[in-house]
Amino acid sequence: MSHTTQAASGIRNGRAPRASITYAAFLLAGLAFLLVAPMFLYPIFLMKLLCFALFACAFNLLLGYTGLLSFGHAAFFGGAAYFTAHAVKEWGWTPELGILLGVAGAAGLGLVMGFVAIRRQGIYFAMITLALSQMFYFFCLQAQFTRGEDGIQQVPRGHLFALIDLNVATNMYYFVLAVFVIGLVVIWRFVNSPFGMILKSIRENEARATSLGYSVAHYKLGAFVMSAALAGLAGAVKSLVFQFATLTDVTWQMSGEVILMTLLGGIGTLIGPIFGAGLVVTLQNYLATSEFPVTIITGVVFMVCVLVFRRGIIGEFYASRIGRRLGFEHRH
Amino acid sequence: MTMIFGIPIQAFLGQLLIGLINGSFYALLSLGLAVIFGLLRVINFAHGAQYMLGAFTALLLLQYFGINYWLALVVAPLIVGLLGALIERTMLSRLYKLDPLYGLLFTFGLALAIEGTFRYLYGAAGQPYSVPVALSGGVNLGFMFLPVYRGWVVVISLVACIGTWLLIEKTKLGSYLRAATENPVLVQAFGVNVPMLLTLTYGLGAALAAFAGVLAAPIYQVSPLMGTNLIIVVFAVVVVGGMGSIMGAIITGYMLGIAEGLTKVFYPEASNIVIFVIMAIVLLIRPAGLFGRDA
Repeated sequence: MSHTTQAASGIRNGRAPRASITYAAFLLAGLAFLLVAPMFLYPIFLMKLLCFALFACAFNLLLGYTGLLSFGHAAFFGGAAYFTAHAVKEWGWTPELGILLGVAGAAGLGLVMGFVAIRRQGIYFAMITLALSQMFYFFCLQAQFTRGEDGIQQVPRGHLFALIDLNVATNMYYFVLAVFVIGLVVIWRFVNSPFGMILKSIRENEARATSLGYSVAHYKLGAFVMSAALAGLAGAVKSLVFQFATLTDVTWQMSGEVILMTLLGGIGTLIGPIFGAGLVVTLQNYLATSEFPVTIITGVVFMVCVLVFRRGIIGEFYASRIGRRLGFEHRH
Repeated sequence: MTMIFGIPIQAFLGQLLIGLINGSFYALLSLGLAVIFGLLRVINFAHGAQYMLGAFTALLLLQYFGINYWLALVVAPLIVGLLGALIERTMLSRLYKLDPLYGLLFTFGLALAIEGTFRYLYGAAGQPYSVPVALSGGVNLGFMFLPVYRGWVVVISLVACIGTWLLIEKTKLGSYLRAATENPVLVQAFGVNVPMLLTLTYGLGAALAAFAGVLAAPIYQVSPLMGTNLIIVVFAVVVVGGMGSIMGAIITGYMLGIAEGLTKVFYPEASNIVIFVIMAIVLLIRPAGLFGRDA
């Protein structure tokens, strides 16, 4: 998307050392906070937050770094939740194998959907992914193993590597945190790899990337599958946290939610989606008990973000005076 | 009993009629989307919400002011069209310079806000809207029973589609619209008020959606969520047709409606997804869409 252009101009070598130090300090502080957070915050809430944060980061990999707006990421998130829940509950797989299956399933789904969707660009890409994910929703509604409206319930958390009992809330929390950190590191490595650089060049100028001899379609598909797999990782873990997989996670509303999280936090920033997810999940928790429908607020926040707040929270911070003084203006 | 492809002919024609009616709505809605996209380069996600607004306006006009169906068919699109024009003027118009994806995201938020508000005020359950007296009942065509209202919907939406096509292809206003689609800067230099044209176009698109909504009110229940799932199907229709041509949008709408109806006869389990499957196949064979020009 257009405004990320400036953010991308300072790739790698344009980084001020001071910014890197501040950035690392922020990350360490964040990690330290997450390590002690379960002592004073409800663990289930924190785990939900981490799952959605990872989901949003995976989505941002595609939108922020490749410039592709997918309106169908719920299919990977919710699809992986179904696969994992089914494998763990019906086949008695261990949690780590169940999660692997979920990730593989989401990646496979991403390969098929991506193969069809990358044939068109921009606005059409968004509509095609939306239509394909709606097709997957109808599949989940009718398929036997998803149990229709009921969903797969009472999914056992089991023992990680047959050793660690995930029914203990603390164990489960640190497992989710570990998955989250691993996911983020993978995204960070991916974005800063030669592959990620080519993706950015496609985002900035697709025709030029083609003329330089890159097979744009293959790179786009690669990014799509990668993003789908990571979204699947988030969904798979979520199904173990809540011990169920339902239709809610494959609806288009869920695809919209992840877009909102990313937009709110800052498209194309590595940590923005985490903040966006935190805000949205907190808001939902806060409104869950009231009569007032969340969709009204979600919709209005969407409109406000698009009209006046396109850089998102983190993007605005980087562009602010404090952010500039800290050397963040070229940060992405 | 007469059979066709091993299916009783009544069942076959009945589903064909339902397909034709769904196709009428697909055609009307994808036509509106194509008109808006052609000039504004915005995919109007709120189109489904505007369709719902049309149906709700008709219902509320009846409940509070006793305004009947026939008047509502004119007044409801007018109200929704004005509302659309207002939104375009105050908010949407700020996004034209940006990536078109922002227009999609804005109208998505708009749709959520509108639908959420109506669900908050009127609940998620559907409310009935009775068929106008003049169009109630049905006629026996000998081979099948045709409810008059359904026949009316097919005829009037065809008229609306052709009317819009004529407006854009054959009138002076339409020629301005087409010119502004090709090159807005040049058209503005000739003294045409292009921003006004954009507002008008968005209002017209919203009004068309509302018109479809009023037509749908007696067939489906009037509910806050009646537009959401429909709009996703219409997106698929638009992808199949390609948004390059108005006529393409109309024809594709009817074709896919009928294809959906026929699938209900032969393989009911797939009727929900058949349009998406067709979309995927078309994309694999002809990425630009059946009537599309640009890739």
